[in-house]
Amino acid sequence: MSITGTFATKIGLAEMLRGGVIMDVTTAEQARIAEQAGACAVMALERVPADIRRDGGVARMSDVAVIREIQDTVSIPVMAKCRIGHFVEAQILEALEVDFIDESEVLTPADEQYHVDKHKFKVPFVCGCRNLGEALRRIAEGAAMIRTKGEAGTGDIVEAVRHMRSVMSEIRRVQTMGDEELVHLGKEIGAPLEQLKQVRELGKLPVPNFAAGGIATPADAALMMQLGAEAVFVGSGIFKSNDPAARAEAIVLATTHYRDPHMLVKVSTGLRGAMQGLAVHSMAEGDLLSTRGW
Amino acid sequence: MVETVVKARVGVLALQGDFPMHVKRLTELGCDVREVRTAQDLEELDALIWPGGESTTMTRVMTDELRAALLEFCSSKPVWGTCAGMIMLAKTHPDPRVKTLELADVLVNRNGWGRQVHSFEAELTLSDSLRTETPFQGVFIRAPRVEMVGEKARVLAWYQDEPVALAQGRILLTTFHPELTHDDRFHRLFLSWIEQPNSAAN
Repeated sequence: MSITGTFATKIGLAEMLRGGVIMDVTTAEQARIAEQAGACAVMALERVPADIRRDGGVARMSDVAVIREIQDTVSIPVMAKCRIGHFVEAQILEALEVDFIDESEVLTPADEQYHVDKHKFKVPFVCGCRNLGEALRRIAEGAAMIRTKGEAGTGDIVEAVRHMRSVMSEIRRVQTMGDEELVHLGKEIGAPLEQLKQVRELGKLPVPNFAAGGIATPADAALMMQLGAEAVFVGSGIFKSNDPAARAEAIVLATTHYRDPHMLVKVSTGLRGAMQGLAVHSMAEGDLLSTRGW
Repeated sequence: MVETVVKARVGVLALQGDFPMHVKRLTELGCDVREVRTAQDLEELDALIWPGGESTTMTRVMTDELRAALLEFCSSKPVWGTCAGMIMLAKTHPDPRVKTLELADVLVNRNGWGRQVHSFEAELTLSDSLRTETPFQGVFIRAPRVEMVGEKARVLAWYQDEPVALAQGRILLTTFHPELTHDDRFHRLFLSWIEQPNSAAN
């Protein structure tokens, strides 16, 4: 007898994506380019974050027809985003048999208090975080993968670095703590005690920990890997650049060889313009996507 | 047993996939473990594990130099492919996106079990040499499905009468992920091939 949708199978797929690059795509043609460049998965979207930012309006789950077309085009896993708390969008994505659901702050939140109860689904979920407390709340809700939020659609790596450093440094702090200190920390950062104990035992998050939000160059990908990311998501950075196919391939190679500067020189050579980008420092508070989610 | 395991220098191909899980398990079993990303990294290794991940990505990231070195290594030393690693060592239906080494005479259908919602856990039937009173739980993640087994390969485990673990000489193939569970029967079998190469030659 077999059982589907167990937590082991959910985390299992997250583990299989390690050391890889997950790329945002909006069409089947982009998905084909991403797969050919070596992406380990694609994220099917209606608009990349840079365009969501530019166009404004309400950003929702992608058109079902586009997701289907992308699924028919590639053999790698296909992910799709649902709005924070929009469990019906998640039900639709599960019925479509997407391989992973990203409950994402890039889309306009549907619930300003609760996230989706992810334990109820057979499809695994990934959620964004800025710090350890947020990561562990999402894991308690059933997320099988965590990513930094970064600041999507900017091409500015500064927020992803901030979030990854915050998570890693809090993990190190947890490892030195006694039980009574852990209870207090749990209260302070809003993290469930059970998950905090797992972090103390494992010395890492209990699920894979990926980087996202602002990665635009091979060097950005390698930076996040060296800071402790186990794989990277690249959103607008590829298809908003002047050379999507070459850049996609270079970022894939940089993620594999992230500790080899000579290889990074080689893969970075000959790339044309990265996405122009938007410095997070110059943005108004209200324009930030990473502050969405609770 | 412990004494011989300690000496084994085992590489884990780290192009993409769950290589850190294999590194962790091998380290727990007392091996000297190395991550392999280039042809040079294969030098002085006693055995190699080719982990799960995406076979299209592995095909893309692998240089011709590394492919040639892997062909040579996997023809002469013990190698174990799990999931995508198994695909890369076996044969699959023609697809320009995936170029396997075709070292094992086994034909697989990539993602033969379907998309992630069909990924599953199940108790397996093991061959006599691996069977004990403890049941073995296999974790299958978007797993390949075996369609044809050549004469030189022998089946080590089945799920519902379908082969899910095979050996051909010192090539071990599993469509599931023993590195994700805590039963180390397949690890011990694989590591035993390093010290007693003749034991797998029947």
